[in-house]
Amino acid sequence: MLHRILQAALLPAVLLASAGAARAQGSLNLYCSVQVEWCQAAANAFQRESGIRVSVSQKGSGEVLAQIRAEAQNPRGDLWFGGTGDPHLQAAEENLSAEYRSAALDQLHDWAQKQARDSRYRTVGIYAGALGFGFNPELLARRNIAPPACWKDLLDARFRNEIQMANPQSSGTAYVMIATIVQIMGEDPAFEYLKALHRNINAYPRSGTGPIKSVARGETGVSISFVHDAVTERLGGFPVSSALPCEGTGYEVGSMSIIRGARNLRNAQRFYDWALTPAAQALGAETKQFQTPSNRAAPVPPEAPQMSQIRLIDYDFARYGASAERRRLIERWDREVNALPR
Amino acid sequence: MRAAGFWSSLIALMAALLLPWYLLQDGIAALPLAGFAWLSDPDFAPAAGQVASQGRWWLWPAVLAPGLGLLAALLPLPRRARADAFLLAGGLGLILLLAQGYAIGVQGWTAPWLEGLFGPMEDRQFGIGWGGAVVPSALAVLFAAGLAGRGAFRGDAFTAAVAVITAISIAVFTAFPLLLLLADAFRDAAGAIAPGAVFGRLADDRLWSLGCLAGAPRCGVVWNTLLLGVLVGAGTTALGLAFALLVTRGRLRLARPLRWLTVLPIVTPPFILGLGLILIFGRSGLVSIAASSWFGIELGRWIYGLPGVLLAQLFAFTPIAFLVLIGVVEGLSPTLEEASSTLRATPGATFSTVTLPLLRPGIANAFLLGFIESMADFGNPVVLGGQFGVLATEIFFAVVGAQADAGRAATLSLVLLVMALGVFGLQRWLTARKSYVSIGGKGDGGLAPPLPAGVRRLCLAVALPWAALTVILYVLAISGGFVEVWGRDYTPTFRHMVKAFEISGGQLTGLAWNSVITTVTLAAISAPITAALGIAAAWLFSRTRFAGKGVLEFATMLSFAVPGTVIGVAYLRAFNLPPLELAGTGAIIVACFVFRNLPVGLRSGMAAMAQIDPSLDEASHTLGGGGGDAFRRVVLPLLRPAIVAGLVYAFVRAMTTISAVIFLVTADTELATVFIVNRVINGDYGLAIAVAVVLILLMVLMLGLAQLLVGRRRIGRRAAVPGLAAPGLAAPGLATPGPGVANGGVVA
Repeated sequence: MLHRILQAALLPAVLLASAGAARAQGSLNLYCSVQVEWCQAAANAFQRESGIRVSVSQKGSGEVLAQIRAEAQNPRGDLWFGGTGDPHLQAAEENLSAEYRSAALDQLHDWAQKQARDSRYRTVGIYAGALGFGFNPELLARRNIAPPACWKDLLDARFRNEIQMANPQSSGTAYVMIATIVQIMGEDPAFEYLKALHRNINAYPRSGTGPIKSVARGETGVSISFVHDAVTERLGGFPVSSALPCEGTGYEVGSMSIIRGARNLRNAQRFYDWALTPAAQALGAETKQFQTPSNRAAPVPPEAPQMSQIRLIDYDFARYGASAERRRLIERWDREVNALPR
Repeated sequence: MRAAGFWSSLIALMAALLLPWYLLQDGIAALPLAGFAWLSDPDFAPAAGQVASQGRWWLWPAVLAPGLGLLAALLPLPRRARADAFLLAGGLGLILLLAQGYAIGVQGWTAPWLEGLFGPMEDRQFGIGWGGAVVPSALAVLFAAGLAGRGAFRGDAFTAAVAVITAISIAVFTAFPLLLLLADAFRDAAGAIAPGAVFGRLADDRLWSLGCLAGAPRCGVVWNTLLLGVLVGAGTTALGLAFALLVTRGRLRLARPLRWLTVLPIVTPPFILGLGLILIFGRSGLVSIAASSWFGIELGRWIYGLPGVLLAQLFAFTPIAFLVLIGVVEGLSPTLEEASSTLRATPGATFSTVTLPLLRPGIANAFLLGFIESMADFGNPVVLGGQFGVLATEIFFAVVGAQADAGRAATLSLVLLVMALGVFGLQRWLTARKSYVSIGGKGDGGLAPPLPAGVRRLCLAVALPWAALTVILYVLAISGGFVEVWGRDYTPTFRHMVKAFEISGGQLTGLAWNSVITTVTLAAISAPITAALGIAAAWLFSRTRFAGKGVLEFATMLSFAVPGTVIGVAYLRAFNLPPLELAGTGAIIVACFVFRNLPVGLRSGMAAMAQIDPSLDEASHTLGGGGGDAFRRVVLPLLRPAIVAGLVYAFVRAMTTISAVIFLVTADTELATVFIVNRVINGDYGLAIAVAVVLILLMVLMLGLAQLLVGRRRIGRRAAVPGLAAPGLAAPGLATPGPGVANGGVVA
């Protein structure tokens, strides 16, 4: 009898203790700028492995940067996962992210390590993807348009009102495109090019993946996108092909940063280390995202565009990732290109 | 007065002694309750502990002021002296607490001159928690008790307390954030005060350019916003009027389904309509494909821009115009029309010379309401706008864009606010100038004449195609959630549903669970607060008299006249730093819901209260009851149906809000609407629609339940209440879909 009473009395205490243990693992606030499936898969996998509760908020890299900036005096997020490298470099430059050197750093490709060095170890590359063209072969065939092969092809009259690129004011993808053109052609010819291109553009959507989705759904013929995004759409059952510009092209180094003043710093570091492991990097391909992972030991999915076969320019991330340069180029674009009639 | 002072002092004192003063990062549950060590812990201690063991002397007022109040309540003082003591303790305590909160922030003193005055500050403080919230609130009540003791509010402590609490919450949660935001317009890029900066920004060509008339690519966003607003206002009014006339006087069998059709857009997350339009009229939409395969015409991308936004807003806001107008049409007394036909006017002449002029205030009301709603709308322009920018989207991009220009965002908000207030003032002026009201409260025996045949045909020609389009739109949009890939592969599938709401291994692994649960929780928390505050304020405004009532009433309406985007930015700005450090918590979203929807609850409360004879209140007074007794025992029981309707409406509004909260959500508090709009922007239509369908079902369920509850009660209590919705809508003549929706939509 006494035994049973004791048991009953102890039960709540035991329950409380186990609840406490679950909480002791703590939590992690993740700002995530890759596709939502990947965000969720990474969060779930990490949560299963570590017992740390992960809250994910998926936003474009421009929005995350704006949010981190607004919250700088009192940060709410712990870790920023994914999204083009430039905003991450900008955050590093503005002292919005914290320095951290993962033990896994030397397992990474050179470009990923360079990203870390450029930012004085405030960010690190987790994947890379080349910029190119996505197009809808069915739509183009119906309208008798040959697909583009070079940057200069996009200026052709046959693409009148057929091209979409994202709005660089909110999208990192579009900024990579502008910086690439500037590096290939030199700044003034680049803006002449962008002005000429403007005539053929039908819309500048807000998100970097917006244009390729429009291509997939036949709302536009051609998009300027990362080629791995085109692969994702093709596997989704849409008629999408991609091409790489013959003049050479730029690429993004998708990055990851720990937010300075993170309230769950230790958990953020744990996630950081975990996200650089081959197993974690394979999650991208599992959720049909085909960027090239940054860990040399991570399997490169066969569908992924092979980085070694792409004619890449020597993209100067340090210069074009700097805030002042970025702001200047985007403002110039808004003033000289976006304001033009079409 | 003495009792109110006593209890408020006691509560304040207990809070100062026991409740943690600062915000706890992991919530109240994280308190280490074992032992009493937390009473002096720097993070957990209440005000008294902070003063005693942490040397935070600036929190003395939190302990001393309630002490003084308690003393004054217990000592045998003359009424006048006690009231003065209450005023002193409450007022001074409040001011000192406010001053310390803003003087000492996360990095010590917030201004250099404070250091010169008080010496260096080693300490810092974060946002206030339970203690820091309860003590000032109780002190405010103490202050109100003092005011009542001095004879204000007819000496009634309850009225005084309600008035003071309402005034403070409006000041804190509506006026303060808006003023703070608008002040940004007068700073330069570096944050220094520069009153001239606003002119530079206002003169921006992107706002006012009329170039599009001369062939330039685009006009200024202000003109875009105005043009869209006028078109939407006119369009929704015309459609709403056609529906209202048909339903009330058209002798149709379809009246009931038509009414239900009008509720649908109200429970629809706004951008779903835009999505449906893309699926029908987009370049790969049904109409375009049909046109190109049957007629060889390429329709192209015409939907992106003004036409698309206009169409989507017409769908979204016509129900509101309908609900306003049906109240007015039903409320028309047939007496005048009967007089007209007795004088041998033809039905057509009666309609154009009697009926239409009587409808004028309703038409003005509906037009201006459509105008304001269109200006405040964010979801449709962002999905369908293409290159057609309006102020609401422009503000959004000024905040999240690469430039992150707070000054520009504030200036645009200022322009929008001035436009909204201008329209608001115009509306009040128009409807207050002349009385068109024909409901006297006396029974009218007359029968409303049927519509003249020509008018009826016209109405049918407008309304029926529109209704059909609505049905098609919904069927198609919703089917988008249940086929493989909309526009490509029409194999039926539950894939999107599963992706959104998967449960695997006992865990909710679906992508949408988190946001849907958060949404329902926060909406459920905010709805009762909104309804309660709304009813209290309604009682205050319609049953009591005090100085400054007009200003307070106007300030309450402010948050409705201002677009959601502006409110959202203002909230983030005002509540990211201590002492009111709400950003990142669910509390800021709840506050946003409450104060954004308060005007609606307020108006529906006032409308309902207008039907309760004040002599009942007076009777309660005569029998010795105070203001509180009259409110609790007389007004509240009679208002029960209005309260239920207000609750439901607040809930539904909270579930469908997007623009106001898009800046306030964080990883922990992501809302379903934000989740949906992000999916739409990324082109994941299937997922977006699947989540939206679940939301719609949830809300329809709520509406059905409420109708069951309210409908029955109303029938039992009163046999016939013709034109119930009318006084609330026609008489105050304000921009409130609230009573219309609550009565016309839910009850009807």
